Amino acid sequence: MFNYGYFSFDSKEDLLEKAAEYWNPGKVSFWTEAGTPMVIDRREGYFLYDMSGKRLIDLHLNGGTYNFGHRHPELVEVLKSGLDYFDMGNHWFPSVARAAFAEKLVNTAPHMKYAIFGSGGAEAVEIALKTARYATKRRKIVSIIKGYHGHSGLSVATGDERFSKIFLSDKPDEFLQVPFNDIDALEQVLKNRDVAGFIVETIPATYGFPMPDDGYLKACQDLCRKYGTKFIADEVQTGLMRTGVMWGWQGYGVTPDMFVCGKGLGGGIYPISACLTTEECGQWLVEDGAAHISTSGGAELGCLVGHHVMEMLQRPEVVSNVHFVAEFFSQAMAEMMERHSDIFVGVRQRGVVLGLEFDHPEGAVAVSRALYENGVWAIFSSLDKRVLQFKPGVVLDVDTCQEIMDRFDAAMPRARQLLKTMRRAA
Amino acid sequence: MTEHATFDAPRLAVPDRELSRARMKVGRAAWAARYYKDFSREAVMAIAEAVAKAGHDKAAQFADEAVSETGFGVVEHKTIKNKLCTHELLDYYRDLDLVTPRVNEAAKIIELPKPAGVVFALAPATNPVATVYYKAMLAILSRNAIVLSPHPAARKVSAAAAQHLAQAAEAAGAPAGLIQCVEDPSIPLVQDIMSSDRINVILATGGTAMVRAAYSSGNPAMGVGPGNAVAYIDPSAKVDAAARCLVESKAFDNSVLCTNESVALTLESNRGNMERALRSAGAHVCNEADTDRLREYLFTDKGFNLEAIGKSATWIAERAGLRVNPSTKVLVPVVATPGQDDLLFREKLCPVLTLTAATDFQQALTFAKHTAKRGAGHSAAFHGEDNDRLVAFSQGVPVYRVVVNAPCSQGAAGFATHLPPSFTIGTGFAGRSSIGENLGPQHLVQWTRIAYARDLPANLAGVDLSAVSSGRAAPKPAAPPPEPAQSSGDVSRDELRRLILEELRSLKGGEA
Repeated sequence: MFNYGYFSFDSKEDLLEKAAEYWNPGKVSFWTEAGTPMVIDRREGYFLYDMSGKRLIDLHLNGGTYNFGHRHPELVEVLKSGLDYFDMGNHWFPSVARAAFAEKLVNTAPHMKYAIFGSGGAEAVEIALKTARYATKRRKIVSIIKGYHGHSGLSVATGDERFSKIFLSDKPDEFLQVPFNDIDALEQVLKNRDVAGFIVETIPATYGFPMPDDGYLKACQDLCRKYGTKFIADEVQTGLMRTGVMWGWQGYGVTPDMFVCGKGLGGGIYPISACLTTEECGQWLVEDGAAHISTSGGAELGCLVGHHVMEMLQRPEVVSNVHFVAEFFSQAMAEMMERHSDIFVGVRQRGVVLGLEFDHPEGAVAVSRALYENGVWAIFSSLDKRVLQFKPGVVLDVDTCQEIMDRFDAAMPRARQLLKTMRRAA
Repeated sequence: MTEHATFDAPRLAVPDRELSRARMKVGRAAWAARYYKDFSREAVMAIAEAVAKAGHDKAAQFADEAVSETGFGVVEHKTIKNKLCTHELLDYYRDLDLVTPRVNEAAKIIELPKPAGVVFALAPATNPVATVYYKAMLAILSRNAIVLSPHPAARKVSAAAAQHLAQAAEAAGAPAGLIQCVEDPSIPLVQDIMSSDRINVILATGGTAMVRAAYSSGNPAMGVGPGNAVAYIDPSAKVDAAARCLVESKAFDNSVLCTNESVALTLESNRGNMERALRSAGAHVCNEADTDRLREYLFTDKGFNLEAIGKSATWIAERAGLRVNPSTKVLVPVVATPGQDDLLFREKLCPVLTLTAATDFQQALTFAKHTAKRGAGHSAAFHGEDNDRLVAFSQGVPVYRVVVNAPCSQGAAGFATHLPPSFTIGTGFAGRSSIGENLGPQHLVQWTRIAYARDLPANLAGVDLSAVSSGRAAPKPAAPPPEPAQSSGDVSRDELRRLILEELRSLKGGEA
C-alpha cells in the first residue's frame, strides 16, 4: 500500500494501470517495454527510489534540472522561506525578487542587458525567437537538424519533425534547418538576409551531445553578424556550470545576441526559465513591455530559488567540484572504453556533459536498461539512440562517482548481452 | 509603516550559507584526498617543502595580523612559533616515511599506508596561524586533505594563512582543495561538520567543551585537554638557570601555549632563593596584597578573566592595580602553603606564575599530583639534578610530558627539547584523549598489514609494491587488453546462446 495522504495506490502495478488509463498510455507502455519501468517515489541528493524500493543514481537529471541533486536541502530551505513571504506574484508589476534575479543573471554575462522570464525552456525560446523577429523585422528562423528547443508553437517548429508533424505544427516556409557543424550550409540560408535568428544548442543534447567543431560556433556567430541574423544560444542543458563555466558559450569564445536557460535554473523545485538579451535586441521591452506576458513566467518564488541557484553555482567550492567530477569521468570513461571497446566506442565530453557512444543504432537503449538494472539511471538520446546521455551533477561526491563507475562496469556484460539480442533480432 | 520597516533585519529567513559552503569544502577535500593518497613520496615532500617555504616567508606577517586580530600574544614570539611549523617541523619528520610500504621480512608482514582521507581540524584563537601551519603540514606529510575551522576571533588571519599555504601546495602540484579553511565559523557549523560521516578524523585543539564535543561526535577524534603545568624546582637545581627558564617560558607569547607553567613549586628551604632568582630574571614577586589583587582580577565569578589571556605582565599589573617595574616580564603571586583550593593554582594563559613551597619532597609530589589533575595528561617541568626525584615526580604526576631543566611552554611543545614539535598536545587517557603524545603526521595514517602464515615460506622480497606509491597519477590505465569483440569476454558461446534464448522468451512473454 502506497498511502500518500492525499491519494493512495495498492501497488506499483496499480499505479501503472491508473497512469495508463488517465494520464499517458504511450509513455507508460514505452518505459515498461524498454525494461526501465521507473516510477520515482522518494528522491534525495543524486538518488532516486523507484516505487519498488530500488535505488537509482540519477545521471539523467532531467537534462540538468537536478544539477544540485534532488531536493537540495539549501534550496528547499530557500523555497520554504520564500513561501512565508512570497507567492507567484503578479507579472504585471515590478517585483523585488524578479529585479534582483534579473540583475544577478545579467551580471553573469556582461554584454547582456535584460533577463526576460518564462516558466519553462520552450517559453524562453519562444521569447528569444520573437525577440529576434522584433529586432530584425524578419520572419525566418534557422536551427540545426536534430536540434531541440522545446514543444511550444515556435520552438517546436525549430525541432525534429517527429515532434511537429504529428501536431501539424511544422512550418517549413519559415523554419529552416541546416546540418550541425556545417558552416557552408548555414551561409547558404543566411545569405539572402531574410533570417531573423539562428538558434543552436551550444552542445545539442537530444542529438546526443555531438561536440561543435573547433571554431564552428564562432563561425556561426560571424555569419550571423555578417547577414544581420541574431545568434541565439540555447543553454538549457549547457548552462549553469555544466560545461565547467557558467554558460557554455563562454567556453567557445562567442557572445550570442541572446541566450536561453531553464531546467536547473529553478533548482528542480520551482519551474523558471530566462531569455537574456542584448540592449539592441531587447528594445521591445522599452517600446511595449507588455508585448509578451506570462502569468507564471518569472514567478517570484522561482526568482528567489533561481537567485540562490546562481549564488551557489558561483561558489569556489562548486566550481572546483565540477572540475573534479569532469576530470574523474574523463579518466574513468577512457578506462571503461578500453575495457569494453567491443561495444563502447566513443565519449563526447565537455565538463559534466557527456555523450557515450555505443556500437549499435539503438545501443544506448540497451545500455540504459543494463545500467537501470544495475542501479544507475541514464537516458539515451532521443534523436540518436547510439548515444547515452550521461549527465553527472555539479556537486556529486567522490564516493558516488566511484560507485557509478563500479556499477557501470558491472552493467557492461548485460549491455553486451542485450546488444547481441538486438543484433540477432535485426 | 509595517512592522518590518522599522528593522533592518532580513524579511526572509536565509539558509546558513557558511554551513553549506563548509559541507561543500568537505566534499571538495574528499576529491583532493582521493588523488593525493596516491602521490609518491617525492611529490609529497616537494609539496611539503613548498608549503614550508611559503609559511616561513609570511610567518612574521601572519604573526602580526594574528596579534592585531586577537589581541593575544607577542608578535615576535608568534613569528617563532609560525616558523617552527615550517622548515623545523618538516626537518623533524623528514625521515618518517608514511608513503612507502614497509616490508618486514623476519615477521613476514607487509604494511601498506592508508591515509585517513579528510581531516577536520579546529584551531584556537591563541595560536591561530601556528596551528593552521602545523595541521596543514601534518596533513600534507600524511597524504590527507584538511579542512580547518579557526576560532571565530582569529578567523581572518587563519583563513588568509590557510589560503596562502593552499596556493603554495597547488603550485607545487597538490590537488585543488587539499588545504581549505572555513571562513566564517560558528558553533552549529562546527558541530554539523564534526558529526558528518563525510569527514574521517577530527583534530581538536581548543576549549574543553569543543574538544569534548569532538569526542562525542561519533567520528574518530584526536584532541587535547587543558593544561595546568607544575614546575618543580628541586633544591638540587641551579636556581638562577631555573628562574630564567620559568620567566622565559611564561613571557613567551604571553603564556598562550597550553604547555606554559602555571605553578612554580619548590621546597620551603629553597623559597627565598627562588624569589630572589625570579626577581633577577625579570619577574615581579608579589607581596600578600598584590597576590590578593591579582587573584581578584584574574578569577571572576565566571572563572578565568578572558581579557587577561595572552596579555603582557605590565598590562595585567595595571589592570589588577599592581605597581611594577615597566620591564617586568612575569608576575609571581606567592601562595605560602600549597593547599588545593587557591584559585591561583588554576590554569593561567597569561604571564602569571604562582609560586608556592612545600615542606618536603613528599608533600611537593602530593601537591603536584593534585594540581596536575586540573590539566591531566598534559605537561610538567622538573628543575634539578636529582634523578631519583625526577623519576618519582614523573611517575607520580598524571602528565605525559616532563620537561627537564628547560622552559615548559617551548619544551613540551617540542622546541627546546627533542619532543616532536606540536601545537596539539595529546593528553591521553589521563586527560580523556585518544593520544598521549604530541600529535604528528603518523597519527593520520593507518596501515593495512599483510600477514603471511607463520610456518610457511614466503617470498616478501618478490612482492611488487610499485603500484602502491609509484606515482602521483591517480587511477591507473586498465591493465587487461581490450577483449576481442567476438569472444565477448564474460560468457561462453553456449552460455550466450542460453542467455539469448532466455531473453527472447522474456520478450515474447512481454508481448503476450
